[in-house]
Amino acid sequence: MVDRLKNRDELITLRKNLVAQHKDGNKKLISLCSGSGCGAYGTASVYDSLVAELKKAGLSDQVEVRLTGCHGFCEKGPIMVIHPEGIFYPQVKPDMIPDIVEMTLKNGEIVEKFLFKDPVSKKKIIHEKDIPFYKLQKRVIFGRNQMIDPTNVLHYIAEDGYKGLEKALFEMEPQQIIQEIKGAGLRGRGGGGFPTGIKWASCAKHDGDRYVICNADEGDPGAYMDRSLLEGNPHSIIEGMLIAAVAMQSHNGFVYVRHEYPLAVKNLNIALKSAREIGLLGKNILGSGFDFDIKVSRGGGSFVCGESTALMASLEGKPGRPRAKYVHTVEKGFRESPSSLNNVETYANVPHIINNGAEWYASMGTEGSKGTKIFSLVGNVVNTGLVEVPMGTNLRTIIYDIGGGIPKKKKFKAVQSGGPSGGCIPEQFLDVPVDFDELVKIGSMMGSGGMIVMDQDTCMVDVARYFLDFLKEESCGQCNPCREGIKQMLDVLTRICAGHGKEGDIELLEELGAMVQKFSLCGLGTSSPNPVLTTLMYFRHEYEAHIKDKKCPAGVCKPLFHYEIVDGTCTGCGLCARKCPQDAITGAKKETHVLDQDKCIKCGICYDACKFNAIAIR
Amino acid sequence: MKKTDIDWPKITKIVQDYNSDPECLLMIMQDISDIYNYVPPEVIPVLVEKLGVSESLIYSVATFYKTISLEPRGKYIINVCTGTACHVRGAEKITHALAEELGIEEGQTTADGMFTLDAVRCVGACASGPVAMVNHDTHGALNRSSALEMLDQYRK
Ligand SMILES: Cc1cc2nc3c(=O)[nH]c(=O)nc-3n(C[C@H](O)[C@H](O)[C@H](O)COP(=O)(O)O)c2cc1C
Ligand code: SF4
Ligand code: SF4
Ligand code: SF4
Ligand code: FES
Ligand code: FES
Repeated sequence: MVDRLKNRDELITLRKNLVAQHKDGNKKLISLCSGSGCGAYGTASVYDSLVAELKKAGLSDQVEVRLTGCHGFCEKGPIMVIHPEGIFYPQVKPDMIPDIVEMTLKNGEIVEKFLFKDPVSKKKIIHEKDIPFYKLQKRVIFGRNQMIDPTNVLHYIAEDGYKGLEKALFEMEPQQIIQEIKGAGLRGRGGGGFPTGIKWASCAKHDGDRYVICNADEGDPGAYMDRSLLEGNPHSIIEGMLIAAVAMQSHNGFVYVRHEYPLAVKNLNIALKSAREIGLLGKNILGSGFDFDIKVSRGGGSFVCGESTALMASLEGKPGRPRAKYVHTVEKGFRESPSSLNNVETYANVPHIINNGAEWYASMGTEGSKGTKIFSLVGNVVNTGLVEVPMGTNLRTIIYDIGGGIPKKKKFKAVQSGGPSGGCIPEQFLDVPVDFDELVKIGSMMGSGGMIVMDQDTCMVDVARYFLDFLKEESCGQCNPCREGIKQMLDVLTRICAGHGKEGDIELLEELGAMVQKFSLCGLGTSSPNPVLTTLMYFRHEYEAHIKDKKCPAGVCKPLFHYEIVDGTCTGCGLCARKCPQDAITGAKKETHVLDQDKCIKCGICYDACKFNAIAIR
Repeated sequence: MKKTDIDWPKITKIVQDYNSDPECLLMIMQDISDIYNYVPPEVIPVLVEKLGVSESLIYSVATFYKTISLEPRGKYIINVCTGTACHVRGAEKITHALAEELGIEEGQTTADGMFTLDAVRCVGACASGPVAMVNHDTHGALNRSSALEMLDQYRK
């Protein structure tokens, strides 16, 4: 380990030496992802065989293996990239290692059969930078993940880490830092999109022991960029918080992180420890006389704790119930003191802004939303993973060019953005540029950046029911409109999905929605009707089909549809009959098969299996 | 659980690791939960004394947060992700398959004390859905059959 850095020059010298070492010679670097996603697919055993195989081949000195955080293409994990060439091997298994070591690392050849095959063009691609999923992204915030072992502070320093802190400590007045963040136009990435500079300025104005708090509760189901940042590049969050602390002259920070993210907690704690040891946290940071330290607090799996006042109550060791914001948390928040809360990704932006200037930052994005945004592109889409693009990129580029479109030749139906408080966006808006304001205009919102793609087989009434069910569970229950209103809306939707919808139900939902929106105490309640209201806005015909025709056109709500084998389309291949768990399908070879409705449990296995689209939803 | 079955020195160590700070009540209970898979009610009077908090606060924290249970749970806690990304990829089918195989419903524990079946809202492995966690292990890209194979790994 390196000695405690006593001043700025020592940090600069250290960085210079690290960069020089890195550039030296022909040493190869294997970046092997060990984020939660890839870890689940078996990075640990790949690593062991890699190290053993390199030793056997006598290459241990010439090749460095670096276990990094998430590269974003988690579905294809474990992911390996060999630098400097950038050779990309997806889905690496231990039995592939001998070939990779022998051919690629020893002889400089490509192992053709292990290459990534683009699901759209069906072409094999050698280099990471040529893969459509990566090619169209702009990875300002997320890019360093794959060059860094998150447990090694030196890797971060070598990648220009803590340069922003240097500038903030030694070249800028606190006021200037805030001005720079304001000028950059940075808006909070946690959901609300509140201007970060304005928040900092109002917190700095209030006297007391100010707190800088990081929201890593990541409650939006389907979004995981905060986890990947915290896990893969924790020092960038620490640096962002440090700069915020200098700007607001705060000496105590907290990270509130979900208990369900054990690796993020672990890597963050390791990073905090090494930052302390090297003199980047604690007393007299880099000899500047400035003190700041960060504590970690683990949340307890409650969505509402992501709300600012609830989060602060939870930090105090109490149940996380929101309070009315007559007094803002920047004046009286955690421990009744001025507290500034920002999201993980918001902090990750800060060092870049201080390093490269407000003007550079504001050159990316749209009029009202600057910089880039990481989206979690998941659901029914070919390439799933984390996607960072400039604000203002349209949905079509994200879903089709980067995401590769909808799998299994199915049709796009909607993309859900903004989590449980957001909305479902239909096809007609695919060319809308994605930023904070445009999404609100079409009834949805950015939220934390979850983008769940839904295909033709998704029932929008069921989606609305799903979100309300989620919110009913998560409502803290202290105010009536939210507790009872959500429950009533859910009852109506459950009834509709069960085939007992009545004339007037749609109007009842709209009325209840308006009431809950207006009279709930916190953001959970006020935004809870959104999934219902946007699906009603764009998919009203589906509600009507459920209520009037007693049909679920997507084939999701079991009482409202059945499967039928289409005469003329069925080739009699017999696959469905073999797969059916109920033996409900019979028929002779090469003849149209018959499905016995009495035996069928509507499990959908036959529908998914048939290669000829011969099974219809009726 | 009997009072004598509790590893008191371990409990004391956990409380000390957090400097007996009442603000750390939730984390202390989570750490205790990591040992027993639940918070044995026997430890509550001890927490009252060591942290100087009221018994009612402990109960309200324990019932508010989902990661804490005051009832014994299985040796392996299966948390099927029901987050949106997993939902649209058929998480419900995974829950059904597991419930059927184990003969329990969501929220229940098998009679032999091996498995508890539960739901979690998202574990942040959304690109690999449907996902389930078994204690701290993540299992991705599940379908009916791989979900049942997953159980076998823990039955040994
Ligand atoms: C019900 C609810 C849940 C929230 N969950 C989160 C969350 O998980 N993560 C987050 O960063 N912000 C969340 N927020 C937004 C926070 O209240 C707060 O606005 C945000 O953390 C501020 O940081 P930012 O300005 O950097 O976005 C949530 C808000 C509400 C109303
Ligand atoms: S709106 Fe809902 S979650 Fe928010 S305080 Fe009221 S009951 Fe609790
Ligand atoms: S799988 Fe399709 S084509 Fe084959 S028998 Fe069944 S319905 Fe007919
Ligand atoms: S839906 Fe399931 S039970 Fe019904 S016929 Fe198809 S495979 Fe058999
Ligand atoms: S965890 Fe490996 S790419 Fe995301
Ligand atoms: S939605 Fe299942 S892991 Fe995120």
